[in-house]
Amino acid sequence: MTDTSPPAAPPAAPSRRRLRLAWLGLVPFALFVGLFLIAPTMKIVIGAFQRADGSFTFENLIGLFTPSILASYWISIKISVASAALGALIGFLMAAAMVLGGLPRGIRAPLLTFSGVASNFAGVPLAFAFLATLGPLGLVTVWLRTEFGINLRAHGFNILSFWGLTITYIFFQIPLMILIITPALDGLKREWREAAQSLGATATQYWTSVALPILFPSLLGTFALLFANAFGAVATAIALTGSSLNIVPIMLFAQIRGDVLGNPHLGYAMAFGMILITAFANILYIWLRMRSERWLK
Amino acid sequence: MKTAAAWAILLLGMAYFILPLVGLVEFSLSMTRGEYSLEAYRVVFADPRFRDTFSYSVLMAVLTIVFGVVLVVPTAFWVRLKLPHWRPVIEFVTLLPLVIPAIVIVFGYIRLYNTSSWLPLTGTTSGTNLLLLFGYATLSLPYMYRAVDTGLRTIDVATLTEAAQSLGAGWGTILARVILPNVLVSVLSGAFVTFAIVMGEFTLAALLDRPAFGPYLQLMGANRAYEPFALATIAFIITWACMGLIQLVTRFTKHDKAPR
Repeated sequence: MTDTSPPAAPPAAPSRRRLRLAWLGLVPFALFVGLFLIAPTMKIVIGAFQRADGSFTFENLIGLFTPSILASYWISIKISVASAALGALIGFLMAAAMVLGGLPRGIRAPLLTFSGVASNFAGVPLAFAFLATLGPLGLVTVWLRTEFGINLRAHGFNILSFWGLTITYIFFQIPLMILIITPALDGLKREWREAAQSLGATATQYWTSVALPILFPSLLGTFALLFANAFGAVATAIALTGSSLNIVPIMLFAQIRGDVLGNPHLGYAMAFGMILITAFANILYIWLRMRSERWLK
Repeated sequence: MKTAAAWAILLLGMAYFILPLVGLVEFSLSMTRGEYSLEAYRVVFADPRFRDTFSYSVLMAVLTIVFGVVLVVPTAFWVRLKLPHWRPVIEFVTLLPLVIPAIVIVFGYIRLYNTSSWLPLTGTTSGTNLLLLFGYATLSLPYMYRAVDTGLRTIDVATLTEAAQSLGAGWGTILARVILPNVLVSVLSGAFVTFAIVMGEFTLAALLDRPAFGPYLQLMGANRAYEPFALATIAFIITWACMGLIQLVTRFTKHDKAPR
């Protein structure tokens, strides 16, 4: 199809004065964002490099490298990696089953709607749902014990632990993966599979040599997004574990409430560390997304 | 064979999602020993703190929505009409609340607007309420701005504005009587997301020490056996209803809009 319509007439050049005043329309928005998003964040970032008297220092950042704080970052990162990896894997399998599995089309809309809801169902209620299911008296725990004689506790499982938190987090990770990866799976062209088959490729070869390399930036990018998603989650963790698991958001929460570290500026540094990690993951996501859009239009 | 595997994956996956919800509802009905009853719900509804915190959060959600609409609709409209080259910048800024964890933002609020600062919002109750409102508006900004901007894309902003202007309308009239009705569906879907976010939010309200539903939920969880599960069921129904309403309004309007 060729575009025969004449190029749109250039808009009448606005007079210089009007153009110069147009930015005034952004003032309310800029004021709001400046005061309640940018300035508070900058306060934390700058505070991370200051002593109590306001002088510049790296002491706070160096202070992060104490065993207890490092340990909390480490467990936070482990939970975020585990929940992002599991969420991405299961979400990918479910999305692939839905898009490529030859299932009735009617299943798609409800599953995507459900994913939209479930990815928003985080926080305190989610924690209670899992306590009621995998807690000491939970539905599944009791069922496994009475029907199969499997005692989860005896096997070392505890909902207030690393794996308990990870299993709970993937409740909002899987749906997010499904929502983001489905368009990418839709973008896999039928011709690519046919071309591979006519060249003698097996299904496995098609996946390992064609589909997965094309999907790889999307997969890795979504993984980064899921990682950031888990890293910043506070409410679920607090409602589920109280303070028994010292992940970064819980430690920061306690620090804001009562200065448990005994140094307010160390709190700034912890928050700054959180921003650095989530920002890095998000930038990775955006960059990989732009790369993947070359193939998957 | 392939289809069977696909079904198996989906059903296993769905089981993971449905079991916790079944467990939640089952627990919330088990307060009376040996039988299912609505006893936990009765206790919850009879608790004055439930009514107080719930109505507080509903009020905050409504105010956040009103504030969000008043802030976002004119801005998105203005950017589309007069400052299109600013759009990527504005879009980037509105996505920042997804990057910066909420706990960091509220930490900044507490340090920036405490009693010894130039704008001591946390010094008074109404000031703290206002700060919480702005915090909620910040958290919902990515969803609200995106919804409204998508809505504006489907209408011809420039032509509508010129038509209204040539009929003598001022900016207020254009926004309230021309633009807003045209993007109402988008505004509504942004509003429902905002409502769901505010009703379940914990971190901001807890750290600003306001009597909202989220902190109440957490407090009950730490102290009671069955009531928290009834409360969580209620919270889940609210989330579900909000998302369902979004689907409903967007589907409702797909029919009366000409294809672009």
